[in-house]
Amino acid sequence: MYVYDEYDQKIVDERVAQFRDQTERYLAGSLSDTEFLPLRLQNGLYVQRLAPMLRIAVPYGLLNSTQLRKLAQISRDFDKGYAHISTRQNVQLNWPRLEEVPDILAELAGVQMHAIQTSGNCIRNTTTDQYAGVAPDELEDPRPWCELIRQWSTLHPEFAFLPRKFKIAVCGSAQDRAAIHAHDIGVELLRGENDEMGFRILAGGGLGRTPVIGSVVCEWLEKKHLLTYLEAILRVYNQNGRRDNKYKARIKILVKAMGVDAFRDAVEQEWARLKDGPTTLTTQEIARARSFFTSPPYRQFDAAESRSVLEEQAAAEPIFGNWVRRNTREHRVAGYRIVDISLKATGFAPGDITDRQLELLADLADRYAFGEIRTTHQQNLVLADVASEELYDLWQELQRAGLATPNIGYLTDMICCPGGDYCSLANAKSIPVAEAIQARFEDLDYLYDLGPLELNISGCMNACGHHHIGHIGILGVDKKGQEFYQVCLGGSQSRDASIGKILGPSFRQEEMPEVIQKILSTYVDLRQEDETFLATYRRVGIDPFKERVYAQGD
Amino acid sequence: MPRVIKNGRIVEDAGSETLTLDQWLAAEDKAQAVCLEPGEAPLPLFGHLEVIPLVAINFPTFMDGRGFSYARELRERGYQGELRATGEFIRDQLTYLARCGFDAFEPADESQLEDALPRLQDFSEAYQASPDRPLPLFRRRAGG
Repeated sequence: MYVYDEYDQKIVDERVAQFRDQTERYLAGSLSDTEFLPLRLQNGLYVQRLAPMLRIAVPYGLLNSTQLRKLAQISRDFDKGYAHISTRQNVQLNWPRLEEVPDILAELAGVQMHAIQTSGNCIRNTTTDQYAGVAPDELEDPRPWCELIRQWSTLHPEFAFLPRKFKIAVCGSAQDRAAIHAHDIGVELLRGENDEMGFRILAGGGLGRTPVIGSVVCEWLEKKHLLTYLEAILRVYNQNGRRDNKYKARIKILVKAMGVDAFRDAVEQEWARLKDGPTTLTTQEIARARSFFTSPPYRQFDAAESRSVLEEQAAAEPIFGNWVRRNTREHRVAGYRIVDISLKATGFAPGDITDRQLELLADLADRYAFGEIRTTHQQNLVLADVASEELYDLWQELQRAGLATPNIGYLTDMICCPGGDYCSLANAKSIPVAEAIQARFEDLDYLYDLGPLELNISGCMNACGHHHIGHIGILGVDKKGQEFYQVCLGGSQSRDASIGKILGPSFRQEEMPEVIQKILSTYVDLRQEDETFLATYRRVGIDPFKERVYAQGD
Repeated sequence: MPRVIKNGRIVEDAGSETLTLDQWLAAEDKAQAVCLEPGEAPLPLFGHLEVIPLVAINFPTFMDGRGFSYARELRERGYQGELRATGEFIRDQLTYLARCGFDAFEPADESQLEDALPRLQDFSEAYQASPDRPLPLFRRRAGG
């Protein structure tokens, strides 16, 4: 993974010093609330319902064991002993004290971490595939590009006061695991003529109040032009995006208003000036970025033998076998598996993790996975490089720590924002809904029978829980001061991205498990053979679901 | 006499008369100082950058970041004259403003100047190319 040099370290250290001064001025009353607001936001600090919330950046979801231990220590020393993985692959602390935030940032800087631009109207943390570098369907590792974008976007002087927040995702694999269609800018690595790799650039996607699937602004971009092209898009947006209404300020509204062709023309015009300028990437810099993401020292295994040993262990202990089947996946290197660690155990808020679990995972990462761990936008964790022959030992340790819930990709592996329990923007709570659904659908055989299912919950229109692109989406709404929940069906975050359709009038919190039950049994009744929920929905449409859920006297 | 930060120092400034963009567009003599508001992109100025002595870019609120791009557009097209930020920007934005090409700062509240000045030094390094340091860090790291 990327390692800071003296320049990176200096920038982060100077940022900590700057924020310490800002916090002191705020506490002394010489910096107003309005002035402090964007400054603290751009350092990841929200003021929440009960306490401040600090969002710590995890660039494209990559952490090493030293950083994990630091997060554990910070959550213990400055918070209540747990942390939360966000849908932008970041880590959130829910109870820090405002006056201690500069100290927390200094601790983070000590392990090459920060909270820069994790919030506010600026370029946010760039996200990517949680299986980058190890997925068999990968065309090219997206992480060097993410790091180049991270450096370019960090403290960019021109784009710190944009009309609204700005999110970039990069995808380098056949299957899109980075939801690039739902981002302000989606960057897709693809193979062009003569086998040369380049980018396709999408813009104007996004969730929130007006969900939009991104449009292609550039079909083919040579790699060296990535940063200048991004700069051109941002410059058009910064000057022309709406600033009179925060709900119409995202780039998706600008792209729609201008039309994608006119938007592209404007970008091309800007780009003509920036192209081939000093920000054009050099071969040397691309090579430098790549040098941080080389393969770890894999051992040589015989693929067939590894497989048969694993099959024997799985047969001897079916619970282990089930976990291997559900929570591990194929690795590009023979004899290795990718391990997903579910943070969706029943009875725990989705994405939450304790200080002890963080420390244990740091140890396990050191022992089994070359000291690295990843966060996912599904709010889980990944050990990307585990030798098949060590899976059994790893599983036993995870089991003991409550980290082996075998539900990755199934109904209870849901995405859920912190909601009204923490967030001051929320209209409704989301965690209790998630917990009620988890409790109702605890039967694993039933879950597996339902097949792959993405259920996403947001506590408000800001859509941090990505409800629009869940196969089943739940949105908390406020009706005359009461918390209600709207359901949408048929969303997808994959290559066949789609925005879910609203089922009908919203429901009370206590009705939700029953509503989900009716939706699922409609699917089970209508599915043909191995058809997934999404495929069935796409075939039969929303009506049969609507009829069942809203049937009278049922 | 109003005081401003200019080229890294607080100085008394006799103050030059600036025209609004509309006045400047109507004027025959283009060698006059002009002030841009948010929404007034600098495009009409591009043909006259060699004669304009001062472009002021006003920030009616510090949250409106359009002026940052206007400044870069002007500098990238070779504008060498004074580029002055005026209005409600805050001292915490000084390094960003400077790195976009502003060399003069006239905050609405003049009493802030002394406290604001050191903020120009908040960062000694930056990743991006800027008018005052035309090579991005990755080129400087590699030794140009």
